Amino acid sequence: MSLLSIRNLTKRFGGLTAVNKVSFDVGEGAIVGLIGPNGAGKTTVFNLITGNYQADEGDILFSGTSIKGLRTNKIVSLGVARTFQTIRLFQKLSVLENVLAGRHCRMKAGLVAGMLKTPFEKKEEREALAFCQEELAFVGLKGQESMVAGSLSYGNQRLLEIARALATGPRLLILDEPAGGMNEQETEALVGLIGRIKERGLTILLIEHDMSLVMRACEHLVVLEYGCKIAEGTPEIVKNDPKVIEAYLGAD
Amino acid sequence: MINEKNKLCAFAAFSLILATAPLYLNSYWVDVLNSVGLYAILALSLNIILGDAGLYNMGHAAFFAVGAYTAAYLNTQFGLPILWALPVSGIVAGLAGLLVARPVVHLRGDYLLIVTVGVGEILRIALINDVFGLTGGPNGIFGIDRPVLFGFKIRKPQEFFYLIWGFVAVTIFLFYRLKNSRFGRALDYLREDMTAAEGSGIDTGRYQLYAFMVGAAWAGMAGTLYASKMSIISPESFSFWESVVIFIIVILGGSGNIAGVLLGTFLIIGLPELFRGFANARMWFFGLAMMIMMIFRTEGILPHRPRVFKSLDRQRP
Amino acid sequence: MEEFFQQLTNGLAVGGIYALIALGYTMVYGVLKLINFAHGDLFTLGAYLGLTLLTSLGLSGHLGAVLGLVVLALMVTGFVGIAGALLERAAYRPLRDSHRLSAVVSALGASIFLQNTIMLIYGAKNYVYPLEILPRTAIHIFGLPVPLVRILILSASLLLMAGLYLFIQKTRLGTAIRASAIDQGAAKLMGINVNQVIMIVFLIGPGLGGVAGLMVGLYYGQVNFTMGWVYGLKAFTAAILGGIGNIPGAMVGGLLLGVIEALGAAYISIAWKDAIAFCVLIVILIVRPTGILGERVADKI
Repeated sequence: MSLLSIRNLTKRFGGLTAVNKVSFDVGEGAIVGLIGPNGAGKTTVFNLITGNYQADEGDILFSGTSIKGLRTNKIVSLGVARTFQTIRLFQKLSVLENVLAGRHCRMKAGLVAGMLKTPFEKKEEREALAFCQEELAFVGLKGQESMVAGSLSYGNQRLLEIARALATGPRLLILDEPAGGMNEQETEALVGLIGRIKERGLTILLIEHDMSLVMRACEHLVVLEYGCKIAEGTPEIVKNDPKVIEAYLGAD
Repeated sequence: MINEKNKLCAFAAFSLILATAPLYLNSYWVDVLNSVGLYAILALSLNIILGDAGLYNMGHAAFFAVGAYTAAYLNTQFGLPILWALPVSGIVAGLAGLLVARPVVHLRGDYLLIVTVGVGEILRIALINDVFGLTGGPNGIFGIDRPVLFGFKIRKPQEFFYLIWGFVAVTIFLFYRLKNSRFGRALDYLREDMTAAEGSGIDTGRYQLYAFMVGAAWAGMAGTLYASKMSIISPESFSFWESVVIFIIVILGGSGNIAGVLLGTFLIIGLPELFRGFANARMWFFGLAMMIMMIFRTEGILPHRPRVFKSLDRQRP
Repeated sequence: MEEFFQQLTNGLAVGGIYALIALGYTMVYGVLKLINFAHGDLFTLGAYLGLTLLTSLGLSGHLGAVLGLVVLALMVTGFVGIAGALLERAAYRPLRDSHRLSAVVSALGASIFLQNTIMLIYGAKNYVYPLEILPRTAIHIFGLPVPLVRILILSASLLLMAGLYLFIQKTRLGTAIRASAIDQGAAKLMGINVNQVIMIVFLIGPGLGGVAGLMVGLYYGQVNFTMGWVYGLKAFTAAILGGIGNIPGAMVGGLLLGVIEALGAAYISIAWKDAIAFCVLIVILIVRPTGILGERVADKI
């Protein structure tokens, strides 16, 4: 059974159909890329999956159950985490505090426990801190815990967002243009990171314009154009698909 | 690290000076400090809503009133001792906070502000009109008992001083801990960027309600202390201007920062006492200060600072 | 029936005043997306200035009642308008690019500052307007007596509203204002001097508020330095009721609120009169935040 199943997903904004009966599956443990020219509806699909938008038609199944219509934070606790195309970190807070935000939904201590500092709360805090530091080290930001998030380089901010998403303990990680603004070395490191994330057992769905990253990191591609799926398959197949070539380069 | 130690010393010294104040100040000034103390509790409670959660609430006096009237009513009608009324008024005020926030907390900033102002006014009018026959109308409720602690009746300003500031100390202690907990962080996240917070898995709507409830509950308890100190309460003490003053304290002192809020309270409540002659122009100065502050120092006197995680420092070589 | 009619006409007259004040809120909100909390105090300023000018210049004595009033109204509009423009320059413009809350706090500060300035100058007690200015007779409509003053006030309000509406719809400057309200960036790109537009808005809006203050002084005969607070909040409710940022909305909202309030006070309870406006406000914001004629007000994710 696939981990994520998109069925005839449709979203309209007024007269514009941004996503038009899109269907595809993401198998457990796979790395799938969602590509297409600008305005194809890729980020809209992501926003639909994560509950930021509500679908007009179609369904989204995560691990067999429908997550359509659920609130974003509920979807996160079910195991779907994301990064944003325009980085959405808590700029004024520290790196560690940003990652801790992701850990929130896996912790339990509430108002009273927080005030009274019960043994349970203290233990939970220690463990959360340790966990988050590990995630930071995993993405390559070890030692930067106390820095203010906004002061990080663009590439590192993207890594921080990934760390925050990983801290939620997801099964499916959705990355929206994770290489945006990265130079070649950083992109190279990112490919490695994506591989290591897969090794941990996570499933990855990503949007990316950097074709070299897409070709190397993804096992399976889904191509959108003007809201419709026009092709699907391995990178090799998709690369040579005439419809895809036309979409990106225009007809001759 | 040196900074931390300096701050701790300053804080300790200040606490010592404050704690011994009744020994060297006359009754009038002790009473001023009592006022400062009550406002400090109110400001700290509003700080959770406004400074930490970032929700514009300018009707905080309403929760103060709910607490005060609850305690006054239970005390004068049922003889409930004041210190027992403390937690009850807190709970009732907390529920009032939930009631008010539930339908409106999703509104955009300035609109939430106006709604809270409206709520405050409706409550005040309800108090004046003696709704349900509970509130005693424009004359309010009188004959409220003094608090009795272990058989000792608290009556003089000096005695109230320790009750009030003891409560302030406990409040600071608990709120400081809260700030460095999962709950406290959640408020920061939803204040900074709600979409990112939701996307990180935080139920922002629920935490906004919690913030209102905690803030309201504490204001309610301050109300009980106030009621027993004054022995008489009436709607005038809970006007819009009270809400404005508390709001100003939080904003100018440095929203989100506990020390800043305390400093703000001393400045705004205590300082005018030193310039009694200008009492008339006090509000005029406030208005001017607000405008100037926003242009030159938006964060207030002591701005928000990112947390320090002690365990981190220990791990580094 | 007669009672109802009396309340209706009273409500309309007061509603017209609310509408004039509401226009100030709505126009400023339209271009700056800011609630000008000091607007109510500009209204108060109008009432006090009107009184000062009236008594010190003795206009009605020199020019006759009607012309004297018109000149007075023009002067008040002018002075309060200038005060409004100065307010924008000093308190809001420096914060154009800052966080929303800063402008809100500054607006509040300006309100407190203005109100207390008036108090320090004029004192805290009520001031009385000379009552001989306006006629105290009643005319008959549908066979029912209506104080002439009410008709005059309502007519004056409607006239001003019509004038503003025509200005906004038909003149180039009016169009520039509408464009800036919709999209400031685009307006700038079209060559519109947005700073100038904003200044004009702060001349007109407060100007109308000032005239409303004058009318209240003449109608009720009494002014107090805190009057801006209650009128301001009610006018703001009216603006929200009609749809904030929407000019015809402010007019409709004002008249409607005036009538609801008058009828509510008569048929429910006069003690809760002021609470009615606040209740309307809260209900509208919860149930239909866009108001009757529409603008988005609530932020969900």
